Amino acid sequence: MTRAAVSSVAALWWREIVRFVRQPSRLVGAFAQPLLFWVLLGGGFSASFRAPGTPADVGALQYFYPGIIALVLLFTAIFATIAVVEDRKAGFLQGVLVAPIPRASIVLGQALGGTTLALVQGILFLILAPLAGIPLTLTSVAMVTVVLVGVAFALTSLGLVIAWRMESTQGFHAIMNLILMPIWLLSGAFFPVAGAPGWLGWVMRLNPLTYGMAALRRALYVAAPTRIGAVPPLGISLLATLAFALATFAAATAVARRTS
Amino acid sequence: MIAARPSADDAVPAAVVIRGLSHRYGERRALASVDLDVHRGEIFGLLGPNGGGKTTLFKVLATLTPAQEGRVEIFGEDVARAPLAVRRRLGVVFQHPGLDPKLTVEENLRCHAALYGLARSTFRTRSATLLERLGVADRARDRVETLSGGLARRVELAKGLLHGPELLLLDEPSTGLDPGARRDFIDYLVRLRDAEGMTVVLTTHGMEEAERCDRVGFVNRGTLVAVGTPHALKSEIGGDVVVVQTSDPDRLRERIRERFGCEARLVDGALRVELPRGHEFVRAVVDAFPGEITAATFGKPTLEDVFVHLTGHQFWAAEGRESP
Repeated sequence: MTRAAVSSVAALWWREIVRFVRQPSRLVGAFAQPLLFWVLLGGGFSASFRAPGTPADVGALQYFYPGIIALVLLFTAIFATIAVVEDRKAGFLQGVLVAPIPRASIVLGQALGGTTLALVQGILFLILAPLAGIPLTLTSVAMVTVVLVGVAFALTSLGLVIAWRMESTQGFHAIMNLILMPIWLLSGAFFPVAGAPGWLGWVMRLNPLTYGMAALRRALYVAAPTRIGAVPPLGISLLATLAFALATFAAATAVARRTS
Repeated sequence: MIAARPSADDAVPAAVVIRGLSHRYGERRALASVDLDVHRGEIFGLLGPNGGGKTTLFKVLATLTPAQEGRVEIFGEDVARAPLAVRRRLGVVFQHPGLDPKLTVEENLRCHAALYGLARSTFRTRSATLLERLGVADRARDRVETLSGGLARRVELAKGLLHGPELLLLDEPSTGLDPGARRDFIDYLVRLRDAEGMTVVLTTHGMEEAERCDRVGFVNRGTLVAVGTPHALKSEIGGDVVVVQTSDPDRLRERIRERFGCEARLVDGALRVELPRGHEFVRAVVDAFPGEITAATFGKPTLEDVFVHLTGHQFWAAEGRESP
């Protein structure tokens, strides 16, 4: 690794943060919409929804809560992705592409930038946990943070796989609705695997985000594991999330190497 | 290893050596076996209409587009085999703004310094010197989005020069600059070349800019149609260039041939004649065909005339489409 390969990661990471801070609308977009989803869906389903295998007092608002944290991460990843497409259009990325650094450095800087933003917003959302009826402890916050880093990195890298292939943001809505939103919907964020019909259950078991979601629930309810219902164990979930993060990062780097 | 090098007496490799470079976008041919040498310390202009292939050539030199066919060496290093080594010695200024508008001038430069692994102290002294020399030092703490197009362009140049490149590539550098700023810009390039021995390759369709280059190459329809100093290229035209406007150019061309024994070329609806003592010809032709000539001008040949001379069509009329 050359000096430039390392310092460029830091510079690109730092740039993502500065840009975000200077565009307050992005914060609103990535934070307010999930919040609205949570209040409206959680409120609306409170009488009719109950996740199988959870105690009776875990209502829709509480069940959806970890799922909405994942949605915050997803939205931040999507915004980071759009930023990369815009960088390509504006010419900034061209200047980065002709710099004497490996493509992996560029992707790592972008992924860490997106991860940091997602993490900060996810943790901000965590403050609302008591409102959802989930008490926070030092242990649970620490564990959730670790899980969020993994999930945020994986989702941002997944976004980058898409962003490096796209010439414009125009086709992005289709990608978002057909790939990214279903990944979230079928992760156990919105309804548990246990309650889904057989074929859908298998799709959910194959969805890597299902394990991120499971790890998040396990971390959040570390003091009260009986309240989660049937989700994969923590160890497997963390391993799967790590694998998800590494695979998406490798894929994003591979796509970036082919891009000229 | 390298057989065909014109400056064979020179032990150091040329700045740029291109041999048999071809490139296609699908069915369309953008470059067809281009050979070119750019010497160290020269300012070389790639001139030609949009769609002629110069942007593709630029992208290959900038290591953005890999050569499909042929070989490109920069300071003796193969661009395809050692892109990182080549990139370290390159400074590139693209036509599209490459600065981040949300960052300040200084932040943009700092980011660039990190991409090239510059030490903090080197970055400080170099950026201060460059911003000072380019007259944007007082805007260092302003966001790029608040800068005028001309100022942003100067910062763009500062960015391209920050890491001390040996070869500076500029794609249409004077786009968006007014004529005065354009002259300053070229003056600055000349000074840099003289002071640091830097090699410059720029693309342009501005003739004034091209006149200031040490050598220019005309790129048209994917081939290099001519390479030489502006003076040598213009000398290929015999004397003056006379352009005659008329309502029936084909007929007038016949009659000019009968009467004066010289061949006029029909270019974009006007007749062009290249000959010595053009002012006398203007008077003679207007006297010979009264009422038929709507306008007649003569001038010393420009590089644009050289282009017409070489390709038989107007510079602007040749504009086609070139994929990015």
